[in-house]
Amino acid sequence: MNIIEVENLAKLYPVAVKKQGLQGTLLHFFKRQYRDIKAVDNVSFNLKEGEIVGFLGPNGAGKTTTLKMLTGLIHPTSGKVNVAGYIPYHRQNEFLSKISLVMGQKQQLIWDLPALDSLRINAAIYNIPEKIFQTRLSELASLLCIEEQLTQPVRKLSLGQRMKAELLAALIHHPKILFLDEPTLGLDINSQTAVREFLKTYNQRYQATIILTSHYMADITALCPRILMIHQGALIYDGKLDILLKRFAPYRQVKVDLANVISREQLEQYGQIYHIEGKEVSFNIPFEKLTSTITRLFNELDILDFSVADPPIEEIVSQLFSQGTV
Amino acid sequence: MLNKAKTLVLIYYAYMLEYRAEIFLWILSNSLPIILMGIWMQAASAGKFTLSSIEFARYFFAVFLVRQITNVWVIWEFEQEVLQGVLSFRLLQPLDPVWHYVSRHISEKLTRFPLVVILAGLFFGLYKEARWLPSITPIFCCVLTLILSFTLSFLIQYNFSMFAFWIERATSVQELWSLLQIFFSGLIAPLDVFPDSIRDVLILTPFPYLVYFPAAILVDLKIQLFKGWLIMIFWIILCYTLNRWLWKKGLKHYSGMGA
Repeated sequence: MNIIEVENLAKLYPVAVKKQGLQGTLLHFFKRQYRDIKAVDNVSFNLKEGEIVGFLGPNGAGKTTTLKMLTGLIHPTSGKVNVAGYIPYHRQNEFLSKISLVMGQKQQLIWDLPALDSLRINAAIYNIPEKIFQTRLSELASLLCIEEQLTQPVRKLSLGQRMKAELLAALIHHPKILFLDEPTLGLDINSQTAVREFLKTYNQRYQATIILTSHYMADITALCPRILMIHQGALIYDGKLDILLKRFAPYRQVKVDLANVISREQLEQYGQIYHIEGKEVSFNIPFEKLTSTITRLFNELDILDFSVADPPIEEIVSQLFSQGTV
Repeated sequence: MLNKAKTLVLIYYAYMLEYRAEIFLWILSNSLPIILMGIWMQAASAGKFTLSSIEFARYFFAVFLVRQITNVWVIWEFEQEVLQGVLSFRLLQPLDPVWHYVSRHISEKLTRFPLVVILAGLFFGLYKEARWLPSITPIFCCVLTLILSFTLSFLIQYNFSMFAFWIERATSVQELWSLLQIFFSGLIAPLDVFPDSIRDVLILTPFPYLVYFPAAILVDLKIQLFKGWLIMIFWIILCYTLNRWLWKKGLKHYSGMGA
């Protein structure tokens, strides 16, 4: 069953245009001219209940605008959007009780008070009885390992602790649909991992649907089997991440540490060189030639160390975005 | 709703207590009536006015008290929340954001209260001639008027706040209104010293009901109580209707800036 249905969704923003120089400035003051920017351009997709989907795109691609339309924060210029059976921008209370939005660069917690106070406000707003509030609080706080920090003023928390508290505040009403905009932005590796693990558990435990945008590909690979790629407002790919990778990176990266320095020309006979630095060489080897190439490398070269890995996903995605099509 | 309101007021009260020093300064920043009190008392003792020197003192002290209760700042909060994207979080919750602002105002009034009582004690201690104790009826009427006055003041400023959906500096529009309010609300001079023709017009506008009207009730000046209440209720209904219309239009225009 689809929990999110989006059909030909579009959003146009009027943007004031100003010419250079004093004349331009005066013209801008007396008669402002606008041109429409297409932030989202005929985007269509459906999401099933319980899915985790990664929303990928470079800055200004239209990810956040789409999330804003899905949550009802902004009205679409055209197209249809249905989330959990509701039209988001009607902002019915029943709809708002089913969703939550977490923004990595924004906070809803009251800065000068302990996070627990903000949680109490949310509990009152969502009509959560005290007993249920306590149960959810201890469950979520323990999953996030943040029990002790909840009584400290938010301003005293570290970035990672604050994000955990933000997640707790966003989930205390057990939303069925969770919109996450860069939830791990600026967090250290440990905190990033903790947030990912928590989201995975929350999704599995409550069958919650999650849409995630992130610039950290590790978030996407760890959480999202399916991805939506958006470029200049248009959806350019909707499908499984591994299919995309197989299609656009049908090779694996073989890294060897050689005992002696060998010339580039000599190494090129084993496959395409991805990177070379002294005695360290990385090759991009197609799947079908992987076994034979590795055998040749071991037979013909003096190898000290060896590893095989997937190519860096960031590079593949960035390459796709620079092409603009999939 | 009662539980939501109670929780919001309690938590925001805790929040306001974090700013004890600031609240004391806010109280003092509303001390213009105390300064004007001295000027008008001096003028009354030298010239011929409808109010005596003592009545001026009482009036301006009542204005000081009224301002502590009816003073609103919702536009500064709202504008910041629109510009910084904080409003987006409020819009995603099943509660009209206005309840957050109302609760903050109520909490702030509660925080001010003990300090205002101390200042009142200080005033009457220093200026014994100005002491007066209103009877129960004016106090009751004044409390009722203050509630209406706060509601009207809040709604007017909240309507100006709605401009933040369209322009980045809604506060500049509000400044123009504040200028008119200073002159016509009774903050600088009681309406009793205005010419009759101007007073007759002003009494139909919302201005006198923001300061003069509740202060006049408290010091027992001659006013038309029921007519005043009816005019206040008329303006409250008008501002509320306008607010809901602006809110709906504004939300359609909202772009979730900064979020």
